[in-house]
Amino acid sequence: MEVGWWGVLIAVLGGAIRIGTPFLFVSLGECLTEKSGRINLGLEGTLVMGAMTGYAVALHSGSPWLGVLCAGLAGMTLGALHSWLCSFRRVNDIAVGIAMMLFGTGLAFFLGKPYIQPSAPRLPSIDLGGWSDVPQLSAALQINALFLLGVIVAIALGWMLKHTAWGLKVRVVGESADAARALGLPVDRIRIMSTALGGFLAGIGGSYLSLYYPFNWSEGLSSGQGLMAVALVIFARWKPVGCLWVSLLWGGAAALGPSLQSVGITGGYYIFNAIPYIMTLAVMIITCSPRRNLAGVPHELTVTR
Amino acid sequence: MTTPVPPDLEARGVTKRFGPLTALKDVHLHLRSGRFHALLGENGAGKSTLVKCIMGYYRPDGGEILLDRQPVTIRSPRDAQTFGIGMVYQQFTLIPNMTVLENLVISKARLNPVINWKEEQDQLTQFMAQMPFQVPLTALVSSLAAGEKQKVEILKQLALRNRILILDEPTSVLTPHEADEVLGHLRAMTLAQQLSVLIITHKLREVAAFADEVTVLRKGQFAGSGKVSEMKISQMAEMMVGSEITAKPKQRIENSTKTPKLLLRNIRVNDDIGVEVVRGVHLTIHEGEIVGVAGVSGNGQRELVEVLAGQRPATGGTIHVHDELYQPTRDNILRHKMFCLPEEPLQNTCVGRMSVAENLAFRNFDMEPHAVGGWLMNRPALRRSAHGLIERYNIKPPYPDTPIQSLSGGNVQRAVLARELSAEVNILVVANPCFGLDFLATEEIRLQIVAARNRGTAVLLVSEDLDEILELADRVVVMFNGQLVYETTSSGADLALIGRHMTGHST
Repeated sequence: MEVGWWGVLIAVLGGAIRIGTPFLFVSLGECLTEKSGRINLGLEGTLVMGAMTGYAVALHSGSPWLGVLCAGLAGMTLGALHSWLCSFRRVNDIAVGIAMMLFGTGLAFFLGKPYIQPSAPRLPSIDLGGWSDVPQLSAALQINALFLLGVIVAIALGWMLKHTAWGLKVRVVGESADAARALGLPVDRIRIMSTALGGFLAGIGGSYLSLYYPFNWSEGLSSGQGLMAVALVIFARWKPVGCLWVSLLWGGAAALGPSLQSVGITGGYYIFNAIPYIMTLAVMIITCSPRRNLAGVPHELTVTR
Repeated sequence: MTTPVPPDLEARGVTKRFGPLTALKDVHLHLRSGRFHALLGENGAGKSTLVKCIMGYYRPDGGEILLDRQPVTIRSPRDAQTFGIGMVYQQFTLIPNMTVLENLVISKARLNPVINWKEEQDQLTQFMAQMPFQVPLTALVSSLAAGEKQKVEILKQLALRNRILILDEPTSVLTPHEADEVLGHLRAMTLAQQLSVLIITHKLREVAAFADEVTVLRKGQFAGSGKVSEMKISQMAEMMVGSEITAKPKQRIENSTKTPKLLLRNIRVNDDIGVEVVRGVHLTIHEGEIVGVAGVSGNGQRELVEVLAGQRPATGGTIHVHDELYQPTRDNILRHKMFCLPEEPLQNTCVGRMSVAENLAFRNFDMEPHAVGGWLMNRPALRRSAHGLIERYNIKPPYPDTPIQSLSGGNVQRAVLARELSAEVNILVVANPCFGLDFLATEEIRLQIVAARNRGTAVLLVSEDLDEILELADRVVVMFNGQLVYETTSSGADLALIGRHMTGHST
């Protein structure tokens, strides 16, 4: 039993990384978008579109990395479309986001029909656990390069928002469009760039789903990661490095059910699988209290248009 | 500040039309180098329009702007900056979620791609050391008091090396003490010939105390100008409002009855982020009495008013009205006739897109005659009542069907006051009722409040304007840090003592 519980812990940690990686990319994308003052609910559609694009390109070209790049570009296109639509007067970003979510998933299902059967090349993983002879541990340390890329992006994004002129401009636009205009900043252009870049990251997150884990393309591939990213970003207090920890937390929570199953605890399997959703709900309830303002929320997000 | 004296700025014969409306007609203004100049006028007199013509927001339809006696064309506020003209707006343009340092850095014309915060901080610390006032660079702007924010706005303009500073009603969000401090510093900088200052204001007291020269506008036209030292306040007031002004004394009826109407016992309230900001308030208000709550903004007054208005739950304590425990339900509000005029009434108690008539009927839309049988709206009756109130309270424009958000601030205030005072009122809670209003509107609203008191209403007046409290209140309490720390009658009030309690220096 002793080893079994260690096994659960290791499996949860491994799962945190494995399941958390798409959360990481999509929440970083959402974080950047929200920092510029808009919410992109369309990231769910972006994620699915990225998954389909990545899978299709990898299948045709034989290169999974080219698939990842094209997934990012597809996501970027959707992000740019979202922010372009939002830059018209009196257009609400939430409504456009919902439309983009439906558009993205619908388009991906439509274009992705031929790719449900064939098998694309898988993204390679880096074996960091070769030194260990505990099979669970070495399995958990099979880490995909995209996760490491995500960690670098999280740290870099956090640094850029604080230390570069570009990051400062994004934050100004997100805090007060009026102040930004008074400073002569091109508000719409900065938002389009941020949202497009956010879409790029979310697209990469999608390609991880189809090209690494769970490694297939099907219509049920995404399980709401794109929507949950909104809650993750709130929980991370709009800090990119916070997004990293929160994604691992959500990934770990999602891995809890399967991990327990691996040591023979099957009772409440579905309840355990629902934990990420329950956590999302809890975050929403706690943070959406009408009596409280959120510390750290970019102020433009609270402006109704 | 090594460059020579600030440039001489002159606006000559400026005219600005908006469609058929002439907002400015042949207006002159001369801001001499290193002077503190006040631009005085009532709301709508054209002060802001004139300044916007100077700043390049508007292109004047006639006349010219001269800098050091050379005609210049200023196309935009950015353009104005290249001429060394900077403006501090009525609303803060700072970003609350960022530090003072970040706010000052982003306003620079050129940013390095990678920002060296250490270097920026050193430079600004050096710059600030030469300034007459300091602000902590690493503080978050949202944590600063209004006066401090105003200082940051000014520092921002000075850091951009602007030598002419235009301030639009800079003291409207400040306490008298803060206002005096900020204006005092600006005055000192003009005396040192570092700066020319043009302030837009309608507060005669500030003009008299700080300005060298004054230009008065009335209804879009030049009404006069001169050296402040050579003019009397009454003269300026007359230029501002014309000759119609007659001081209306606020007649009080002495009430001998001491019937308590509103009893607050140990009220505790949390703010939006869960911090307790009202920490045990005890207060009794009697029939026919105005109790003024003085204090620097942010000491819990807003939250206290929200509790009394039913907009925020108290975390502790009791409210008794007419010896009954009070819950702010619609039934109780109507039964006890306890009404409220909160600050910023357009946001707080109006629905901007609904018409004036509808907004006026919020208290009684579901009663006869406005609603037949309590459910079917009778629009003509609604409009008739609105017409009556519009006439009685002099609301302009006098159309019941215009959306209330299109009314000016003073008229929204009048409309809300009309609604709250139209029927019999036992208890009235008012917060900053004359905030940002012009001379005449202020007078009218104050008269209405005193008239309600004379009819026996118990009035709780929360105001950041100490003069207003002393003018209206029978009894003054001072709120500091969520508690009432001092009480006095207004006739025996000692200003210095009140000021000390307002700032927490009571001992």
